[in-house]
Amino acid sequence: MPPHPQTWLRVTPAGLWCEPGDFYIDPSRPVERAIITHGHSDHARPGHSAVLATAETLAVMRVRMGEGRAGITQQALGFGERLDLNGVIVTLRPAGHVLGSAQVVMEWQGARAVVSGDYKRRYDPTCPGFEPVPCDVFVTEATFALPVFTHPPASGEVQKLLDSVALFPGRTHVIGAYSLGKAQRMIAMLRAAGWEAPIYLHGALAPLCALYEEFGVSLGPLLPATVANKSALVGAIVLGPPSAVADKWARRLAEPVLCMASGWMRLRQRAKQGGVELPMVISDHADWPELLATAEDVQAPEIWITHGREDALIHALAGQGILGRALHLVGREEEGE
Amino acid sequence: MSIPAFATLLERLLFSPGRNAKLALLRQWFETQPDPDRGLGLAAIAGELSFRTAKPGLFRELIATRTDPALFAMSYDYVGDLAETIALLWPDDARANAPPPGLAEVVETLEMAAGAEVPAIIARWLDGLDAGARLALIKLVTGGLRVGASARLAKTALAEWSGQPVNEIEELWHGVPPPYIALFDWLEGRGTRPDPAGVPIFRPLMLAHPLEEADLISLAPGDWAAEWKWDGIRVQLTAVPGGRRLWSRGAEDISASFPEIIQAMDFHAVADGELLVVRDGVVAPFSDLQQRLNRKSPSAKMLADYPVAVRLYDLLFEGGEDLRPLPFDARRARLEAWHARAQPARMDLSALIDFEDFAGLEALRAGARAASMEGLMLKRRDSAYEPGRMRGKWWKWKRGTQNVDAVLMYAQRGHGKRSSFYSDYTFGLWREAEGGEMELVPVGKAYSGFTDQDLLFLDKWVREHTTNRFGPVREVEPGLVLEVEFDAAQRSPRHKSGVAMRFPRIARIRRDKPAVEADRLETLLAMIPGG
Repeated sequence: MPPHPQTWLRVTPAGLWCEPGDFYIDPSRPVERAIITHGHSDHARPGHSAVLATAETLAVMRVRMGEGRAGITQQALGFGERLDLNGVIVTLRPAGHVLGSAQVVMEWQGARAVVSGDYKRRYDPTCPGFEPVPCDVFVTEATFALPVFTHPPASGEVQKLLDSVALFPGRTHVIGAYSLGKAQRMIAMLRAAGWEAPIYLHGALAPLCALYEEFGVSLGPLLPATVANKSALVGAIVLGPPSAVADKWARRLAEPVLCMASGWMRLRQRAKQGGVELPMVISDHADWPELLATAEDVQAPEIWITHGREDALIHALAGQGILGRALHLVGREEEGE
Repeated sequence: MSIPAFATLLERLLFSPGRNAKLALLRQWFETQPDPDRGLGLAAIAGELSFRTAKPGLFRELIATRTDPALFAMSYDYVGDLAETIALLWPDDARANAPPPGLAEVVETLEMAAGAEVPAIIARWLDGLDAGARLALIKLVTGGLRVGASARLAKTALAEWSGQPVNEIEELWHGVPPPYIALFDWLEGRGTRPDPAGVPIFRPLMLAHPLEEADLISLAPGDWAAEWKWDGIRVQLTAVPGGRRLWSRGAEDISASFPEIIQAMDFHAVADGELLVVRDGVVAPFSDLQQRLNRKSPSAKMLADYPVAVRLYDLLFEGGEDLRPLPFDARRARLEAWHARAQPARMDLSALIDFEDFAGLEALRAGARAASMEGLMLKRRDSAYEPGRMRGKWWKWKRGTQNVDAVLMYAQRGHGKRSSFYSDYTFGLWREAEGGEMELVPVGKAYSGFTDQDLLFLDKWVREHTTNRFGPVREVEPGLVLEVEFDAAQRSPRHKSGVAMRFPRIARIRRDKPAVEADRLETLLAMIPGG
């Protein structure tokens, strides 16, 4: 009888810890050995000794934290490559969340657990899609785990933006988007929808866009918004981090139309509160149908939930005969807020 | 495609803070949508559509048979709005390949359908729509779109789009029923101007400019008639053979709220006047009239406790005769003669004030501190009744404003151009708390009156002196005094301080004044007329 993952994969104050392999996954404080699912700051933190991740994620960490702080030693593992850590076989599989995002698959004495990190099931031109891996325990997020969260097709949301640009040619459309992932996905989708003009960037977005280009994700002409004069930005599309576009920074823009690309935009109150004029429901997280479909795809009898609205998910999983369990991991943030 | 298109319009209107953006959206709607859908959308936004058969309870029952009750409860708890929760939770029906219903189909079907059929019809429609369109449909059939676009704004957009004056549209509005085909035909040059003969319609009002001291010098006293400016709401009374209506200043039909006035309109005329609460010949403060506003069917107790009357000041039509081209003096004579003859109940005349010169009039104005008077009106004796705000014809000469020095307590970010600025300010006055300590109690909120320069300073000050944050609101340390100007103070049980200000604005930032020297609450309470 293979050992149940709860006997070898534990929640500790630093995060999820694989006991036989002696490593943490996305630990919230500095540790000896860490496997990092993806580069968002609530998953990839500075100061670990040894870091294992995809080459893309390691590069993201170096850009965001600086060379010295992204792990004293860094080890890259490609998708599908097997690595033996004290008898625990570790494999990374695409999670479809952002560039480099991976699920961590662990096999120990015939039992298999998968930590998905954050993930989505929708098409994203900037990263490979999620691959379900059958397992005994699947560890999931639950950011949008309420049936009200069904993300509409992203292409329709991008079309809303282009319609608005056509309707208000004298104004600047400024999009609040996470600097890792959402920003590049927005740009790639705009290109796919036929927007060929330069896209202007807040300074915080430029390094990661350059990194995406290095990894072969083509984003078209990008220019800094900060040095452009106001009139050059009339009719243009500008991207910046959500915190900047709704605040002082946006004063440089001509009658800005504040747009926000986030799964939270599904709720009017969320959009209204943030003063958003054009909400776009575009998320890099699984929505409710994707969470339930994934639970079915991985065929796990037991699903652990790291953070989010776990009550509703546990209730719905019970209806599918799956045992849900809340891990209450600390330090995880909501998307885009 | 029209319910989804209408949903997109509603969504953009809701989220667009700026008036110009809303106007652009509405113009685009008139330009791109076919009849009758564009007219029905217009009617819905103007609040002119209502359905008897679809109430919110119906939607609650429909969703209950389609969702897990526990998940519904958790979702409703999280979202907070019933219509939105239902729209988001409604299962996307993969079978529904039927095209989404058009606005006209929805309106016609609901008008014809028997009550028992309605739930199944609505369910079928919801099955064929996405979440945004479902919300639009629910809001449309239950009423109350609440997207921040008024009937007046919609008419302004019609005027801009068509190039016709907004007053012309306003005047035709109540004479052409939804979906306004004849109106659109005329606006697009395909038809003649619709003739609303015989039905009660709203006539656009003549409005007054605020009088500045500088304007006064150039006026000759003999050219002008003076009246008190009463603190009620401006109304137009329209009684024609085809019906009786009471209109608000914004052309809203408020007949149902004031049945006693409608009953008293036993004449054939159109008159202009001020609606007031009057007890034993004494005009009550505006706060009393507020009790009667926005009540669709007032109770017998409301009618008895807050009796209303109209103080008439102009006559626009007598019988079928249009008096508007006549000069003010002639209209006034016609008004007086008509009133003496018709003797309508609940209506008296706004008296003309005798005066020799403006100095004497100013003394009268300064002496009038009754809550029911806002100041004076000056009307040029030879002026015809012209819609809109014509310069130099009517002046409103409000009595002097009052002010207090208050302490800034909270600030909130504005909207639109001001969305990056803390531009909404809540301020308070000192009072003695239990135990003798002084505490600040909020007395009002203002977001105007200051210059752009002031705004930069205030925004910076708020950011640097924040002590606490509640969502979009920042609490600041009590360290900045604002001179707040307002038209009147009135008693208000709804405010913690017991007092509310009318039209408060920031007159000045008093950087020179220490917060402890700001005014006390007693100072403001003493400004409430009649104690």
